[in-house]
Amino acid sequence: MKVLVTVKEVAEADDDFAIEGTDIAESDLEYDLNEWDDYAVEAAVQLAEAGIADEVVTVTVGPERAEETIRMALAKGADRAVRVWDDALEGGFADVASKVALFEAVVDEEEPDLVLGGVQAADTGFGATGVALAERIGFEHAAVVNQLDVDADAGVAHVHRELEGGVEELTDVDLPAVLTVQTGLNEPRYASLRGIRQAQRKEIAAKDLADLGLTADDVESALTITEMYEPESESDAEIIEGDAGESAGRLAEVLREKGVSA
Amino acid sequence: MMSVLVAAEHRRGALRDVTYEAITAGRELADERGGDLHVAVVGGDVDGFAEDVNREGVDAVHAVEDGEEFDHNAYQAAVSTLADRIDAGAVVLPNSVNGLDYAPALAEDLGAPIVTDAVGIAYDDGLTVTREMYGSKVETTVDVAGDRFVLTVRGGEWPPAEGVGDATVEAAEVDIPESGARVTGFEEVGGGDVDIADADVLVSVGRGIEEEENLELVEELADALGATLSASRPIVDNGWLPKNRQVGQSGKVVTPDVYIAVGISGAVQHVAGMKGSDTIIAINTDPNAPIFDIADYGIVGDLFDVVPELIDEFA
Ligand SMILES: Cc1cc2nc3c(=O)[nH]c(=O)nc-3n(C[C@H](O)[C@H](O)[C@H](O)COP(=O)(O)OP(=O)(O)OC[C@H]3O[C@@H](n4cnc5c(N)ncnc54)[C@H](O)[C@@H]3O)c2cc1C
Repeated sequence: MKVLVTVKEVAEADDDFAIEGTDIAESDLEYDLNEWDDYAVEAAVQLAEAGIADEVVTVTVGPERAEETIRMALAKGADRAVRVWDDALEGGFADVASKVALFEAVVDEEEPDLVLGGVQAADTGFGATGVALAERIGFEHAAVVNQLDVDADAGVAHVHRELEGGVEELTDVDLPAVLTVQTGLNEPRYASLRGIRQAQRKEIAAKDLADLGLTADDVESALTITEMYEPESESDAEIIEGDAGESAGRLAEVLREKGVSA
Repeated sequence: MMSVLVAAEHRRGALRDVTYEAITAGRELADERGGDLHVAVVGGDVDGFAEDVNREGVDAVHAVEDGEEFDHNAYQAAVSTLADRIDAGAVVLPNSVNGLDYAPALAEDLGAPIVTDAVGIAYDDGLTVTREMYGSKVETTVDVAGDRFVLTVRGGEWPPAEGVGDATVEAAEVDIPESGARVTGFEEVGGGDVDIADADVLVSVGRGIEEEENLELVEELADALGATLSASRPIVDNGWLPKNRQVGQSGKVVTPDVYIAVGISGAVQHVAGMKGSDTIIAINTDPNAPIFDIADYGIVGDLFDVVPELIDEFA
């Protein structure tokens, strides 16, 4: 069985950041592997270790810079990686359908039995790509999966989906399927030094639109970010000033006023 | 003219609040573009639900009988079919766990763009959606091209629709294809020794604590204050505290007199569980952390400096 994991490099804003136009200034952003995707990578590698998956391939939409993050996934045990990027994707804000078009082309080439990805990306927070991809490629799906048990012989994934308020739904999903995974599904490993060394030798295949048989029209986005701003704080929070001792002292007064005491 | 279709959400026999909020958002769109508001109820006690969603401003309710609980296949087929039948320009769904389990597939099916987790909408020549990015540190406006779209709306951003409407209520026949995904049951998680929902004072710890060993520090604080210890999700995901200590959308909803958030950013799913607290206090190094937006008192500072001092105050 082949597992394809969608891996995203996400940007996080520094504590102090400036907005330039419709994005945060590049110098105030730090890049990392998307937290939710980390759990997806771990799930795939565990399937390989259990002898259920023969191959784990990651796929990323991102510029060359993203290879640092991709190497992390390879160091954790993915076998090889595909990275998709094209000048046509530069600058604009890719909508769900355009990302799905790219992933669909990669699925056509790779023919996986299972696709895993995080439930959402920490930066844009759309939470939509996996389920939309499943529809496009005709796979079954389940979103927000926090427990996974693959029965490859029966061609079924037994999953738990985490609903609101501490309730989980138990679902059987026929393979091939796309599952979007929730944190808590497993314990993502740290990349070992050996893994990091090995990752250097693993293949990252860079592909552009033409390589995938696509054109710029296929990835035209229906969405345009027109403004970005710091939200106006409706907060009436009293910010307690001073050094740690002073502010703790003042906070202690507040707590005592509220009747807090051991 | 643009008719708007809203799909209701229910669980274990009851409609969820987000349904009524989505109806309000749907009505707002229908007003701005001039059109009817339709609501779909799929599965469960459709007749009872149809009555419940018939609130002010709803023009038509479509009841699709199918099973007891949510099934993404049935929801997608029903909503997609109805959207075509009434020529809906917009489909509005709750940005819930189940919403995210079929809204993206529905959008793909309809060939329409999707925007999730909307906190505001405006309609002029086209749709403009307000949503957050980078962990709620910034807000963006997003223009959507085309005249048909799928939108999921964040819970708690629109007031629930009220009153009693005079909608036409109709049973709708929809072909629901065989599904390769079958719900086999439900399971309650959590339980355990302590019910954090009962506590008057909660000291809640987040990823700012960095290491499991450091939890001792907040435990000490909780002891000093006679408070109960709770946590944001990453602490529970790491296995540092049991699931019954998790505050949030997928954890517990708590309403203590005092909630002290230590090293918690205030992600929307966390806030969903604690915004009803009487007094909210945040200790965080990042002045832009969204937790400060809902806090009553804040200390912008390092928890490893502030918490020991605070323990001393109560020692
Ligand atoms: C479907 C779904 C359901 C979810 N359900 C829940 C839920 O029920 N509950 C929940 O909590 N989350 C939930 N989440 C996760 C949520 O999105 C966030 O990832 C999570 O709440 C973040 O936890 P955090 O604030 O502890 O960590 P972070 O967001 O990493 O924040 C850590 C904070 O600590 C501050 N900090 C760092 N160092 C220090 C220091 N030395 N002193 C002081 N401050 C410091 C940082 O500035 C930062 O603000 C859910 C997510 C999804 C997708």
